[in-house]
Formats: sequence, structure tokens, C-alpha cells
Amino acid sequence: MLLISGLTKHYASAEGPVEVLKGIDFQLRSGESVALTGESGSGKSTLLHLAGGLDRPDAGTINLNGKDVTNLDDKQRAGYRRYQVGMIFQQFNLIPSLDVASNISFHARLAGRHDPLWQEQLVEALGLSLLLTRYPEQLSGGQQQRVAIGRTLAAKPSLVLADEPTGNLDEATGDNVLDLMLLLTRSAGLALLMVTHSSRLADRLDRKVILRGGKIVA
Amino acid sequence: MSGIAFWALISHWRRKPLQFATLILGVALATALWTGVQAINAEARASYARAASVLEQNELTQLVPRDGAVIPIATYARLRRDGWAVSPVIEGEYRVGTIRLRLIGIDPLTAPPGTGVSPIGNGKDLVDFISVKGRLIVSPTTARALQGKVDIALNVSDSLPDNAAFADISVADRLLQRKGSVTRLVVSPGRKISAAALSAIDPELQIREAGEQPDVARLTDSFHLNLTAFGFLSFIVGLFIVYAATGLSLEQRRATFRTLRAVGVSLRSLVAMLIFELTLFALASGVIGVVAGYFLATALMPGVASSLRGLYGAAVPGVVTLRPEWWVSGLAIAMIGTAMASANNFLQIWRMPILVAAQAQAWARMSVFALRAQAIVGAALLCLAAILIEVGSGLITGFTVLGCLLLGCALLLPSVLSLVLGLIARRSAEPLTKWFWADTRLQMPGLSMALMALLLALSANIGVGTMVSSFRTTFLGWLDQRLAAELYVTARDETEASRLRQWLPGRVKAVLPIWNVEGQVLGQSLQIFGVADDATYRDEWPVLVGTDNVWEEVTAGRGALINEQLWRGKKLFVGQPLALPNGLNVVIAGVYSDYGNPAGQVIIGIKTLERYFPEVSKLRYGLRVDPMREETVRNLLVHEFGLPATSIVDQAALKRQSRAVFEQTFLVTGALNVLTLAVAGFAMFSSLLTLSAVRLPQLAPVWAMGLRRRDLAIAELARTLALWTATFVAAIPLGLGLAWVLLTIINVEAFGWRLPMQIFPLDWLRLGAIALLAALVSMAIPVWRLATLLPAQLLTVFANER
Repeated sequence: MLLISGLTKHYASAEGPVEVLKGIDFQLRSGESVALTGESGSGKSTLLHLAGGLDRPDAGTINLNGKDVTNLDDKQRAGYRRYQVGMIFQQFNLIPSLDVASNISFHARLAGRHDPLWQEQLVEALGLSLLLTRYPEQLSGGQQQRVAIGRTLAAKPSLVLADEPTGNLDEATGDNVLDLMLLLTRSAGLALLMVTHSSRLADRLDRKVILRGGKIVA
Repeated sequence: MSGIAFWALISHWRRKPLQFATLILGVALATALWTGVQAINAEARASYARAASVLEQNELTQLVPRDGAVIPIATYARLRRDGWAVSPVIEGEYRVGTIRLRLIGIDPLTAPPGTGVSPIGNGKDLVDFISVKGRLIVSPTTARALQGKVDIALNVSDSLPDNAAFADISVADRLLQRKGSVTRLVVSPGRKISAAALSAIDPELQIREAGEQPDVARLTDSFHLNLTAFGFLSFIVGLFIVYAATGLSLEQRRATFRTLRAVGVSLRSLVAMLIFELTLFALASGVIGVVAGYFLATALMPGVASSLRGLYGAAVPGVVTLRPEWWVSGLAIAMIGTAMASANNFLQIWRMPILVAAQAQAWARMSVFALRAQAIVGAALLCLAAILIEVGSGLITGFTVLGCLLLGCALLLPSVLSLVLGLIARRSAEPLTKWFWADTRLQMPGLSMALMALLLALSANIGVGTMVSSFRTTFLGWLDQRLAAELYVTARDETEASRLRQWLPGRVKAVLPIWNVEGQVLGQSLQIFGVADDATYRDEWPVLVGTDNVWEEVTAGRGALINEQLWRGKKLFVGQPLALPNGLNVVIAGVYSDYGNPAGQVIIGIKTLERYFPEVSKLRYGLRVDPMREETVRNLLVHEFGLPATSIVDQAALKRQSRAVFEQTFLVTGALNVLTLAVAGFAMFSSLLTLSAVRLPQLAPVWAMGLRRRDLAIAELARTLALWTATFVAAIPLGLGLAWVLLTIINVEAFGWRLPMQIFPLDWLRLGAIALLAALVSMAIPVWRLATLLPAQLLTVFANER
């Protein structure tokens, strides 16, 4: 499903170019959940951003569902993010001026895949039924992250990319959110690539990939 | 563009209604002031054009005398014989009692078609018009004023301006005593006239091409430029508000932009949506602005009409018509203004990389580099102003100097304040004081636009206020000198005037004839007055420069006094020979100030005037009377001559009238001053509101360290007041500089007279009090919000969830 090969990326810095990813080869199948771990600066988030079409690699290819998405232009990459990928961020990134119901349906409507029944099931499963008319600023961190998960899953993307989705939450809330995320992605048959620092959380996913110095070491 | 994404984007405003109102009002205010002023200008110019079209026939090519004199009838006859399709026109001032008419005599038989006025036409009207008794065609108002005062039948035409009359050329020749000479020749449309061919027939004639600006339009250019400058200033101040409001809205939505892009909205699409959003807002507020501009123009128009009448004698209707082109230009200016104010913010969005985390307060942050660059541009503009003062001339240069001075100082203000605040902060030992000043300095970038707007508005107020007050003081002093006679009497006809001349001596201390003729001097039409040999003039008349025995030379017929306008306009000098009409040659003996008069003026001795201009109307007199006998003389005049009360005016009434005209003249300037200040106050409010929205992370740590919310609110209040005071202090020298430019450059260029500059500190205090009130009102909501902040809101700063 997601096929990454020879992916290289470097950034400019005051000390000269820094190579963040050094020829990454990686594969993710449909319905599979993979934890991407490693030390800070190992390239986890960069890999996630490249896979999500937020950034362009210097070399290598990214292929999703048989289609090469490496060198898409800005408009095509926007379409890729809209129709193929769902992203969950550590900072939630909800739209502050929309209420919970509108936030959840937002990506799905944008992608033209709004399914009220599926959204209702998600809202129920995420325990957001009583919060639908609230605004993000009126929610706790855990509640906001549940809305972010709901927004991503409501759009039914084939690939879910999560960048430390529980990083801002306490352990119990984090576990709860992860349980929901795994349950829902598995039940919908979605592929999940999740960046996390926590070995404990990583162990709960199907597979674990460790990055070190821009290379996959395990 | 996606509907759902656009909805998400504009949902921001639903949650920020006050900010939304600020943006809409900012654009609307800027548009209203600009379109209001433009509407006034357009209305006045349309009026000049109408008058020029009817009275001066400026849509046709004309032949005029090169030296400004008259064209002998023989020249006209020769041109006609040579096949030139020209028609004669006589123009001059005709007095009917106290009414001055601009009389235009035309020959309807040779006049190009379509250049006459409506009642002439053909048939009986034409026969009546060219009959020996003739007809006067006048406006309805003039007809009412002339009723029973002239022995010529009156016809009414709506297309004529007031105080003007059309007559057959023979009637005009008789009334104006032109004895066969004509003022100009109108050329039939479509006939080409070459300068060479004209020169061969009569080298004294020159061609005035069709469509040239009417004289009054040229005269009033400065007034309209002044209004435009005010409108533009308000427009710029309004744009500051838009800049602050859009900047904040984009700042607050940075996270939303990132999310939108992350879920598949392209950058192009995002920017297109933002432009669409702002276009919608600009259109909506543009409509509000144009409507408000119409009401503003309607409110100010009577004042403007009065000013134009008082200053230039231009007749402009006191009403404004809502024109379709207003809508177009008003909406266009709203869109252009919004685009200008938001361009930089959009550029930031365009350049914003998708992966950069949403940074709070990036809007309120201005790099040291930007501040320095702004200061360099400001200093450069001040240098340019200094150079232009030294080497430049002309009205446009004057206004450029004004613009450079204002903008230069405004651009320098944030850097100077920042520098001063930094110094104070470094010198403060007590931690809270140090924090206060350092924090005040931190607010500078966010408040700089509002402070610049405030500086512009305050200095414009001080500058224009100083000019008007200087003018008022000088004018009133000058009025006391000029209106020295205790009574002014106007005879109804020459017979009555002759009786008065015989009756008055012995009953009053002195009789000062106020006789004048119109004549061409140095190529321009101006008034030539005669003065009696009387101590009143020697003692009272405001002579600016002159020979030691100026009055002796004038009364002896050797010398002439000229007014300041003529002196400056023609660059004349004392001792220079001056050729007056009818072969009268004199030497310029002195120059007198003549405020409020747009035209040049010459004074010669009364005997000389009578000798060289025997046709002079001798109806008006100033009477020097013992104040105790003033009432007696007045009653005697009424009883002996049966003069109506309106024919006798006392000095106090005349001064009262003159003062009323003066105050009315500057009413519009005062109104625009207040409006500009109001817009600046709103800009301050908008910026403070904006800042209060991003201040939380800066204030929460101080609150956590033991300062009460009330203390924070007081500190905010004190901070705003400190910045306001600094801006006000800076506005005083800038305002005085502005007044200096207005008085020594612009007034001289525009009106031809120079006024001494006077300082009025009490006016500053009054302005300061008003501006302080505006500042207090503008900070009321932001400070109230801070004082009533819930602890939970402050705590969110320390929570990761923020």
C-alpha cells in the first residue's frame, strides 16, 4: 500500500546541510499499524511529513496504492492530502471557530466523503455525543485529540499518519485515545503510521520501526 | 475554492464580532471620508464646468487680446470680412445698486449654434432679445433680486448661475460703456485657426483653445487640493485600521491555515479564499462607506459652498447629487485600499511554509531591521522635505513638502519612542517599573500603526488649527484697519450719489469714496480703486512695504498701491512702473495686505481715478463720523434721502458679517479635523483591541508572580497613556512645522498672501483634552476585558492545551 524507497532529505543549517533521512526503504500494508520510534532528531517527523505530502524529498520515491506521489506539484499534493491521507497532530490543530460537529465533518466534507452514519458511529465511539456544540477552546486536551481523531477517520483516508497524538496527554488519557484510534483504524481497515517516543505505546501497534541517524535500524 | 473550506475560514469572524466590526468600520470610515471629499470636489468642479460652459463658452476656441486689453470692433469687422467665422462677446461687471452682475453680451445672429441660453431661441424671443430695449437673461434667484431695480425686461433661465446675466451685445455695450470694443471672439466649432494666420491679421490677438480649465477652477484648485489632502490623510489613517484588523485576523488563523493545508487545501486555493473573503468585506464596507460619504458630503457641502463663495466668489450649489460614478469610484477605492492594507499580510501567508508551527504574535512582532528601515525612510523623507523647501516652488511642491514632513515624522516615531523607552527601562531600578517600561517597549510594534495614525491626526489638527487661528487673529486686526469708517452708505443711483456728495460735507468728519472700475492690468482683469487724500488711510491702512511718502505719491496721481496678491503673483517691486488702462502710467508706491480677496487690486488717487475713468460708478462711500453722532447721521440719511436701512451699514455690522464669512469658511476644515481625529481614535481602539487579544501570554506570568488583575489593568491604562502623551508631545513640533509650511509655502502659492505665524498653546491643551478623552474611550473595552479576566483564562497560558 505505502511503499517508500531510497528516501533522502536534508535541511540547511548554520553549520551547513544536515542530512535527516539517508535512503529510507519502508513498506506499510493496508490495515497495518506501525509505530515509528527513535531519538529526537532521528527523522521520524520528517518521514511522516514526506509520507503525508507536506514536504518534498531530495531523492527516493513514495508510492501510495500503486501511484507515485513523490514529485507532485502543490495542487496535486493538496489533492493527495485531501483524498488519500489523514493526519493527526500532537497539537490537535482543530479549527477554533468551528464547533465539534463541524470540526469532525470538515475533512470528510472537503473530500466529498461525508457519511452521516459513519460520523455518528465515530462520535459515539469517541464519546463526543455531548460535546458536539462546543468549541475547541471549551474542551480538555483529551477531548480535543478525540475530535482530531474523529475528523481524520470520518474522511476515511487510506493512510492515517499520526505525529505523537498522545504527546500532550496524560498517560491514562493517552492510552484511552490510542485504544480508540487502533480500534477504529483496524475496524475500518486503514493503515496507520504513528510517530511516538513511548516504547510502551509502540509495543501496542502491529509493528515497530526504529530510526537512528536518518536510517532504519530495526 | 471549496465552499466548506471557505465556510471554515470565515467562521472565524462569527466568533470575533468586535474584530469584524473594526475591519468593516475601518474600510467604511476610510472610504466615507475619501468619497465624501471627492464628492464635494466633483460637485464643485461640475458646477464650475457648467458655469464655464454657459458663461465663458469654454467649449469653443476663442480669440483673446494678448495683453488682456480689449479687441477693437474694427479688428472683428476685418476678421469677418476675411471670412473668419467668429462671433463677438462683451463681458464685464455691471452694478445694479448693491448687486454686482457678471454681464455677458453676445450676438445671437453670429454666435455658434448651441452656445446661447435657452430663452433666446428663434422667433419672438430672438426679436425681443435683440431689440433696442433688450432683455436680460438671468437665473431665477438673480431675477428675484433684480425685480423692480432695472428697467430692462428679465427672462429667466435655469441654466445660468446666480449673479450673471446674458444680453444682446448692443445692450451690453451700452450698459458697460464699452464704445464698440469687445472682450473676446468665439470661433465656430470645426473651424481651424492657425496662429500664423491670426498673427498676420492682428498680432495682438491670441488663441485660447477649447476646453481649457475655467478661471475659477484654477483659482479653487488649492482649496480642493486641501480637501483632497485631508481626505487622503483620513484614508491613510483608515487603512492603518484595516492593516491592524487583517493582520490580527490572519495571525489568529495561522493554525487554521496550517490545518486547512494539511487536510488538502492548496496554498493557491487558501490565498484565493482569503482574497475573496476580503473582497466581500471591502465591497460591503465600501457600500457603507459610499453611503456615509454621501451623507458627509451633504452635511459639509453648504459650508464648502460658502467657503468657495467667500474665498473665490465661486457660485456652487450647496447640495450634493448622488452620482453613479461615486459608487464605482467609492467601491474601487475601498477595494484598492483594502488590497494595499492587506498586501503585506497576504505576502506573509504566501511565503509561510506549511511546516512552520503556528507562531503566536508574529503579527505584533516587528524585526529590528524593519524598524530601522522604517526610520531610514522617515529620515530620508525629512531630508527631501528640507531640500524641496530650499529649491522647490509651486503648490504641488508645497503639498509634497507637507506629505514628506508628515510621513517622515510618522515613520520615525516608533523608532524614537522605542529608543526612549529602552533608555528609561535601562535606567529603572525597581523591578516592576523596569518591567512596565520594557513591556511598553514590547508593545511598540503592535501599536506603531495606531500611534503613527494618532500623530498624523494630532499634528494635522495642531497645524491647521495654528494656521486658522493665525489667520483669524491677523484677519480681525486687518479688518479693524480696513473698516475704519464708522458708516458705509450706498446710493441707489448717480443722482442720489451726487446729492449725497453735496450734502455730506460738514455733517461728517470725512467722506471716503469707495469707487472702483474693472480694468486689465498686466494681462489680468482686476479692480482699480480710488482713495481720497485723508488721514484715515495714512493712519489705518495696512501697508506691508512702500516708499516713505506712499500716500502723497498715490493721492498726487504719481503712484499706486497694489495688493499683496498682485505683488507676489506678478513678482512686482516698489518703484516699478505700472501701466493701467486708458493710458494711465503710475509707479508702484507700496503694497497692502488684502486677505480673503482672490484677485489682484490696485489703488490710485481718487482724482486720478475720476480723470482717467470718468465712467466710474460713484455710489458707495465710507463715512468718518464721531461715534456719538453715528445714529444721528444714520437717521438723517434715512429721512433726508429716504435711503432704505440696507443701504447704510455700520462698521460693527460689516465686521460681524466679515467674521461670519470667515468662520463659515473654516467650518469645513474644522469638521474634517474632528473627523480625522475620530478616525485616529478608532485606529487606536482597533490596535488596543488587537493587542489585548494577544497580550495574555505576556501578562499571565506577571499575574502568576503576584500582580492582581486590577494592577495589570492599571498598568495597561498607564502604558497607553504614556504612549499617547509621548505621541502628543511629538505632534506639537510637527504640527507647528505643518503650520509653517501651510502659512509660508502653501497659502502664498494658493492665495497670494502670507500670514504671520502665531502660537496658541491653549488650543493645544483643548485638543489634548479631546484626544485624551478619545484615548480613554478607545482603551475602555480592552482594559475592562483585562480587569475582568477569569483566572482560568490566565491559567490556560501555562497549560499545554493552549
